[in-house]
Amino acid sequence: MTKALVACPECDALHRRRSLARGERARCVRCRALLYRHSPLRPQQMLPLVLGALVTFVIANGFPIVDLQVQGQSNSATLFGSILALWGEGRQLVAVLVFATTLLFPLVDLLSMLTLLLLSGHSRPAALWRFVQTLRPWGMIEVFMLGTLVALVKLSHLAHVLPGAALWAFAALTVLMAAILSFDPRSLWDGPEGSEP
Amino acid sequence: MTGPVLSAREAGLVACPYCGLVCRHSRAGFCCPRCGGVLHPRKADSLSRSCAFLMAAAILYVPANLLPVMETSSLFGAEKDTILSGIVYFWTSGSQGLAGLIFCVSILVPMLKLGALSMLTWSVHRRSRRNRHQRATLFRIIEQVGRWSMLDVFVVALMVGLVHFRGLAVIEAGPGAAAFGAVVVLTMLAARSFDPRLIWDCGDEDHD
Repeated sequence: MTKALVACPECDALHRRRSLARGERARCVRCRALLYRHSPLRPQQMLPLVLGALVTFVIANGFPIVDLQVQGQSNSATLFGSILALWGEGRQLVAVLVFATTLLFPLVDLLSMLTLLLLSGHSRPAALWRFVQTLRPWGMIEVFMLGTLVALVKLSHLAHVLPGAALWAFAALTVLMAAILSFDPRSLWDGPEGSEP
Repeated sequence: MTGPVLSAREAGLVACPYCGLVCRHSRAGFCCPRCGGVLHPRKADSLSRSCAFLMAAAILYVPANLLPVMETSSLFGAEKDTILSGIVYFWTSGSQGLAGLIFCVSILVPMLKLGALSMLTWSVHRRSRRNRHQRATLFRIIEQVGRWSMLDVFVVALMVGLVHFRGLAVIEAGPGAAAFGAVVVLTMLAARSFDPRLIWDCGDEDHD
């Protein structure tokens, strides 16, 4: 085993590892795939981000996303309420899919990140780490955010639409998740010698 | 290109897919000494797995587009919307930009994924050496863009949660929604089982 080499994840070309300056990226000479990068964020800066994202996550799911008013009647929906409505009318498959990609996976991802960051330096549960990386492509908060906007435009033709607190929370969560995902998890393994110039 | 490139497999090495550590490859099913992940020089059964997922996705693609994804019942009668009729509604009601966006993620992207992944698996099966850079780029685009197809499923979910005014209007999800969600998940699984390193594996004689 060697830390001096790195293989391209997309074409398997071998490269000698070089230290990068902050914000720099290393790309494969053959297929231009991203090999590794020096994250603009340090592990210590990740902890407040993850905690902030968890708080935003609670707000995003605790309050209604939008309030709809038609002829004096008013309806509001939370994400979980929508999932229950889907389940209730016999669309269990869709309900499970939406639940997993917008609620369960992002939450498990954030909680696992929190655990890993708190434990870093001591014993690092490697199985949890691999689990997070397998799970990550299936969290779709940003897609859901766009879906919400599309639904709002669609409904604004039919009724009076009032954005709720959770809509802003989802927007903030999208930005926070993007920042958290920009952190290359491998830099925790490679340690300071792999990332510091 | 900068001279011949040595791949990890040719050097008898294998990179851990989780932590990136490059190790000597001694036997199949060997575990990464740093993080314990199982190491394979190439993803297991890449071509047959991607083919299986692709076939399942192609079969479900038909009901996903023909069956209604959303059923609206209001004072003005019942209405069933397929994905395409939803796009037409946006177009005719003056939101051409949104219609274009939804057309791209719900119609174009799934079609492109099915077509491009079939082409990629076929070309790797034939051990083709042509246009490797273009094929690698194509695969990268497919992997990045695939998740956005879930957009329509989320729109339906939120509409269902919001619009249940007894006696006025109720929106329910149609059977097409489940089929469409399944197509997106299956094409994502197909892309994840495909190993892009196979594109580069068959010799170096060409100079593209």
